Amino acid sequence: MKENSMLLQKQLLADHFDALARARDEGKKVVYTFVPGNLNELVRSFDLLPVLPEINALQSGMRKLSGGYITEAEKSGHSEDVCTYVKCDIGMLRKGNIGPTGKPLPKPDLLLLSYTGCFTFMKWFELLREEYDCPVAMLHVPYQSEGRIEPHQREYIVQQLRSEIIPKLEQVSGREFDIEKLRSMLRLSSKAEDDLVWVLESAKNTPSPIDAFFAGVYYLGPIFSAFRGTEDAVQYYRTLRGEIEERIANKEGPITPDGPMKGERYRLVVEGPPNWTSFRDFWKMFYEEDAVVVASTYTKVGGLYDQGFRHDPDHPLETLADYALGCYTNLSLPARVDLLARYIRDYRADGFLVNSVKSCNSFSVGQLLMLRQLEERTGVPGAFIESDLVDPRYFSAANIKNRIESYLQMLDQKRGAA
Amino acid sequence: MKVFVGIDLGSTTTKAVILDEEERVIGRGITNSRSNYDVACAVVREEAFVRARFTMIERGLRTPRPHVIQDLERNFRLHQHLEQLDRLREAMLMLAARRGTPASIINGICDEMAIRARKHFAPGATRKSDFFRDLAAADYMSLAEAIREVSFESLCAIYDAAILAVENLTLDRAFERHIGSALQETEDGESLKEAVGAACNAELVESGSVGTGYGRQRLPFPKEQIRSEILCHGLGAHAMFPGTRTVLDIGGQDTKAIQLDPNGIVTSFQMNDRCAAGCGRYLGYIADEMNLGLHELGPLANESRHRVKINSTCTVFAGAELRDRLALGQKREDILAGLHRAIILRAMSLLARSGGISDEFTFTGGVARNSAAVGALRDLIAENYGARTINISHESIYTGALGAALFATRSAVRGNA
Repeated sequence: MKENSMLLQKQLLADHFDALARARDEGKKVVYTFVPGNLNELVRSFDLLPVLPEINALQSGMRKLSGGYITEAEKSGHSEDVCTYVKCDIGMLRKGNIGPTGKPLPKPDLLLLSYTGCFTFMKWFELLREEYDCPVAMLHVPYQSEGRIEPHQREYIVQQLRSEIIPKLEQVSGREFDIEKLRSMLRLSSKAEDDLVWVLESAKNTPSPIDAFFAGVYYLGPIFSAFRGTEDAVQYYRTLRGEIEERIANKEGPITPDGPMKGERYRLVVEGPPNWTSFRDFWKMFYEEDAVVVASTYTKVGGLYDQGFRHDPDHPLETLADYALGCYTNLSLPARVDLLARYIRDYRADGFLVNSVKSCNSFSVGQLLMLRQLEERTGVPGAFIESDLVDPRYFSAANIKNRIESYLQMLDQKRGAA
Repeated sequence: MKVFVGIDLGSTTTKAVILDEEERVIGRGITNSRSNYDVACAVVREEAFVRARFTMIERGLRTPRPHVIQDLERNFRLHQHLEQLDRLREAMLMLAARRGTPASIINGICDEMAIRARKHFAPGATRKSDFFRDLAAADYMSLAEAIREVSFESLCAIYDAAILAVENLTLDRAFERHIGSALQETEDGESLKEAVGAACNAELVESGSVGTGYGRQRLPFPKEQIRSEILCHGLGAHAMFPGTRTVLDIGGQDTKAIQLDPNGIVTSFQMNDRCAAGCGRYLGYIADEMNLGLHELGPLANESRHRVKINSTCTVFAGAELRDRLALGQKREDILAGLHRAIILRAMSLLARSGGISDEFTFTGGVARNSAAVGALRDLIAENYGARTINISHESIYTGALGAALFATRSAVRGNA
């Protein structure tokens, strides 16, 4: 049984990739960009079509294609230690750049590099620039080292938007910047964001009507990618919210690939990205044990809406700056620990789990330290597992399952229920 | 009498522990896990129950007679061994007939194997292994080599096919079937007669069982009776050494660092899950590379005077590094000392991750039997954490099964309450 929101999202994606496939013929211009700190409303206000290589990579992982793409990239000289998203993307390009729906992706007319807490992003587009021979516009987002956004940081970004990003978008699109159009899109963004936050916070219910990590990554799809600032996204989140309201009224748990979850024995918070190549198997290791994820940080890489941020149509450029500065990947270690501690408390979690990803240093550096600090601060025990984003070679199912089971049994034992 | 069973299905060996109601160990069993966990489980249970009967004999005596019981058990083991040998003969004769190998050759070898078996189990004899497979294979191969009429390879093929089948047969009611003849052959066996009779008739009621280990999903237990080996190792180590706060277990293919509270409850743990470098298998591989037995590695490494620094904990690279060092003329013992330290360094990192080393520290798993590994561990603990009490039990291989059996006892007690 598919829910309406799922069908809606599927259709959104299909339409978008169709539009991308037709882009050349229809004379539409294409911008490649990243999820954290993306300027979707701005890009779309120029009638440009966004492509998100990270999303393509994770989709390739879920569709079991990433292994082959990574091999292809390694053949052309990319080392085993390079970010597997990058290698997956390069490999996909070498094999014809066929997108997740089976249609070819157009070449970029501009690489819009939002440099947000990930140094690899810069290298990634450096590589793509070689491949495509197209211009790059770089938005440098300063690191939130003090755990808050400083006014000078905001100004620095706004200045870059004015002097670098907007002129390049004008040049590529052949259109003039239309601030009113941007405002109206930002208004739509903020509407969708309200419903999204409601959805994420619904996990505070017992039982939680959603899994805020495994299902969460689907819920975040539209807002993190090409649809923020569109009517489609508003409609998607409204529909999703309606479905979840119904689940809460019926006291129902999350829906998993094997149907609705029956019980809720463990409420967990998850730090780090999921593994995409064995996504279903990974998820199953949780729901089989009646463990539900009530909050996660990965679902905040494209914005910390649940901490109060909304796109503000009254300050269009400043709000884009604050958005980019506030993404999870741009937070300092203490700020991440604070956020996780809040989640553990506010969502009444029994435990938290770190999925440490081999090829993503911007996530994994400091995670053990965070684990230790969180245990000390909250008194809630943490678990630590290791896998990867899209390299199937780094997912050892038996070991990970063993760790998760051991961890959950440890929680039981602590509760005195063993 | 109520008893509780814990089974640990490991990647290399399967272990069983039986406890009485007072949580005292009354029986233990161990076997190689083979490819068939069901059989391994059945075999190991049967062995632990046999051992439990011997404990009952001991308990049934007014004056302890440890030597007589030892003799009785030795004779008993011989009978068990001979029974398996008969089965092996039967299976090989069938295969030989199909292949046109003369039965007389197989019979000749098996007759000689039976004679050797009596020597293996003679008073005071030491055995290289307690597994039937190991003893039988060594005898068979050496006898088959001397045969001229049939090629060694084809004799090996017959043995290989037969041993698999024989190993997968379980030995039900072994105690009842063999104890009579074993008693007759035991000097002064008369003094045990009454106790043996009582042990035979005693009813051992299995009142709870818990399984753990990598093969735990294969155990014919409901889910509530399955526990992760982390919890079992923690509780097992706590039972052996109640002061334990940190446990390191280095097994065949994983390493676990576990922190415990004063009641043996796990508070945190770390395992290797992306790479199995530095586990027990590493030493097995090195032993093969050097043409040594696994048990010879430690003593040889202890002779080192100038330890070589080995960087690689990757099992495969270590082989290359080993050959490289040997080619450079470095001494085997010095290289081995370096390899042992490399393994322990890796474990130290896991321990640090899990929260460090608190007093007391208990080391378990197959690698805890290796004196050089233990030496390296002692050095590194002293360097990094200072003075710590380090516990190592001779029975550490049973830690997981013991923990499982304790869980079985406790959940039965709770169930009754």
